[in-house]
Amino acid sequence: MPLILTDDQLMIRDSADGFFNSEAPVAQHRALRDAADPVGFNRDVWAKMAEMGFTGVLVPEAHGGADMGHVAAGIIMEAMGKNLSAAPMLSTAVLGATALKHGTPEQQAKYLPLIAQGAHLLALAADEAARHKPAHIATTATPSGNGFKLNGSKGFVLDGAAADTLIVAARTSGDTNDSAGITLFLVNPKADGVKIDRRSMVDSRGTARVTLNDVQVDGADVLGSVGEGHAILEKVLDAGRACLAAEMLGLSGTAFTMTVDYLKQREQFGQKIGSFQALQHRAAHLFCEVELARSATLKALQALDEGSDRAPMYVSLAKAKAGEVAILATNEGVQMHGGIGMTDEYDIGFFMKRARAAQETFGDAAFHSDRIARTLGY
Amino acid sequence: MSDLDAFRAETRAWLEANCPADMREPIRGDDDVCWGGRNCQFKSEGQRLWLERMGAKGWTVPEWPAEYGGGGLSRAEARVLAEEMKRIKARSPLSSFGIWMLGPALLKYGNEAQKKEHLPRIARGEIRWCQGYSEPGAGSDLASLRTSAEDMGDHYLVNGSKVWTSYADKADWIFCLVRTDPAAPKHLGISFLLFDMASPGVSTSPIKLISGSSPFCQTFFDNVKVPKENLMGTAGKGWEIAKYLLTHERDMIGGSDSTGGGQRDSVSNIAKRLIGLDAAILADTALRTDIARHEINALAFSLTMERVMAETKSGQGTGALSSMLKYYGTELNKERMQLLMSIRGSDGLTWEGEEKGDGDLARSWLRSRANSIEGGTSEVQLNIIAKRVLDLPGA
Ligand SMILES: Cc1cc2nc3c(=O)[nH]c(=O)nc-3n(C[C@H](O)[C@H](O)[C@H](O)COP(=O)(O)OP(=O)(O)OC[C@H]3O[C@@H](n4cnc5c(N)ncnc54)[C@H](O)[C@@H]3O)c2cc1C
Repeated sequence: MPLILTDDQLMIRDSADGFFNSEAPVAQHRALRDAADPVGFNRDVWAKMAEMGFTGVLVPEAHGGADMGHVAAGIIMEAMGKNLSAAPMLSTAVLGATALKHGTPEQQAKYLPLIAQGAHLLALAADEAARHKPAHIATTATPSGNGFKLNGSKGFVLDGAAADTLIVAARTSGDTNDSAGITLFLVNPKADGVKIDRRSMVDSRGTARVTLNDVQVDGADVLGSVGEGHAILEKVLDAGRACLAAEMLGLSGTAFTMTVDYLKQREQFGQKIGSFQALQHRAAHLFCEVELARSATLKALQALDEGSDRAPMYVSLAKAKAGEVAILATNEGVQMHGGIGMTDEYDIGFFMKRARAAQETFGDAAFHSDRIARTLGY
Repeated sequence: MSDLDAFRAETRAWLEANCPADMREPIRGDDDVCWGGRNCQFKSEGQRLWLERMGAKGWTVPEWPAEYGGGGLSRAEARVLAEEMKRIKARSPLSSFGIWMLGPALLKYGNEAQKKEHLPRIARGEIRWCQGYSEPGAGSDLASLRTSAEDMGDHYLVNGSKVWTSYADKADWIFCLVRTDPAAPKHLGISFLLFDMASPGVSTSPIKLISGSSPFCQTFFDNVKVPKENLMGTAGKGWEIAKYLLTHERDMIGGSDSTGGGQRDSVSNIAKRLIGLDAAILADTALRTDIARHEINALAFSLTMERVMAETKSGQGTGALSSMLKYYGTELNKERMQLLMSIRGSDGLTWEGEEKGDGDLARSWLRSRANSIEGGTSEVQLNIIAKRVLDLPGA
């Protein structure tokens, strides 16, 4: 597959760019932040995203989705990154849909159409360690009645406060860091024993701590097979990581453009600051870095669509590179804006905050460098 | 069977029959590389035959038109040829500034007589070319060059000197930037001349590099007579040709050594062999982090080359990216060589010894430092990106 967008994908890009630019621009993110919105996104925008077919981008047509694939999902996430649009796209349309594709026919028939319609929100409650470590699951699932009882705590659940269903990773056997023995469960957040505490985070996105205290779940709520959740979790996480790379690529692009525009406007010493070579070279270097992040991200998304064996390696490449570039682009962006870059009134700081949160989500550049090295056998 | 499959089958059979056994072995040193030319010292009969056979088919320059000595192949056929050569590990039959730099410029700017005269000789490796751009006073600021070419009616009289002229002492001809109009603004008085290095008044003096070899020279012109028909393009319009040629040179330097793929072993494979693993992890964990970071960038860079090529082909391209590839590719290659030196430790410092190959790594590392200088420095590439791509003021 050539490493470029197809004509169809170029059309999706144009419509996604136009949509988020008008429906969910940075100003909306600011308004949600100022209102300390409890879920951190606008439900009308989500409903319109469903009309556009975005929420069903990874849902098979048989379940009412648009089934456009990971490249398309990445294009949508990139457009959201460009505009800092907040919506449960990652948690529901990417992580949720990918997880449920591994569900029973009944689970698929129940949830996938609702995801495509934008009528049901999901949240992945997997990570427990503050630094991403997918096999580190101490939450337990012990047999009880015709199902299990869940006990444990998940600190960083994206869109956890808004979710209609939680996908919880818990341990049915093995030790805390074993990859075997993890099982995924579909859990109703309103069930007895589930406690959801919204966490106020630096990027103002809806994130929650989920505590599970003797929560009773049914055998029919197991997603996949008992003890074999890790393999599904890796697939779910990889789809999420590639889409986060795309989001970071989008936000890097905007931070970069804002910065280059500022270099052309601001004057000091009687000249545009963009005429200073010290800044020109940093901007030119950043341009190259963003181009590299773009190539890595597209490759990862294509590899997921092809179901390639090397997809996990390319996903880690994309997450590592796009993460590093997002940090660089936003750091340089603030620095080259001078004092105004530090003000809350100016938007560049929002990009820096989101870059940091997206970088930490599902493994930072260090995590993914290590994963690549392991994949390559060193 | 499609036409392309048929072409592949034919090519495979031809290569099997015609590529000498010693031309399928890895290149071990500089003298394994064939540069052709009048005074070419072939290292083996195999090397001579390989050049002769490939040159006769035009496969040293697969995509050039057949009428100018090229292979006349389509892009797809040329790719098949490259794949089939890679399959049997065939060496490139010819390394040549004529192929990488002058040829594309001749095809675009040369007149019919010049194309007919020079292109087939380049293709067959009969004439070796050198590049007369830089001068003692004109490096990054190339357009300030002062070598003069005075119009004497039927010929130009060339006076001045060039420096860092790679292989000038071994080259047969030079493509040379000269000033034909000293009164014009600096970019407008420059012309592009082709002439024989055996012309009276041309002399060269080799300069030794930090890597120990002397691949480049200072080149002097003392009343050299160059026939008027050796002017390429229009007098005073040489700067446009010079820049066009530079983009080809930059693509070549940026792309050649830095992809981490191709024939070269990856840094991590070399590290695994020399340092070893400890519980499946490279036994030097600090170096492992540096290597992984390098390989991430090398992979993302080679994907970027792939994407830029695909975009150019489909017309989605942003263009003006050869400066980016030159800048990033050469910086990566330097980093690669530094990592290889670190992996080797004190063994990498050997300069000469009993073992064949001693000193090769140290010399290659030192040579790699030139990658971000030759063909326009990294700083100059960043200037070009700032100006052409980012449109920054006063750049
Ligand atoms: C191995 C090798 C082979 C070569 N082969 C050839 C050849 O075959 N033919 C040929 O014509 N030339 C050749 N060159 C010459 C090469 O093109 C020049 O060395 C190069 O263009 C730089 O010019 P300079 O050496 O005069 O350095 P200078 O231009 O003096 O640069 C010195 C330093 O100043 C920096 N600098 C200069 N201008 C600026 C600016 N505007 N902004 C920021 N920084 C700046 C440079 O980046 C560099 O770091 C070769 C060089 C090498 C090293």
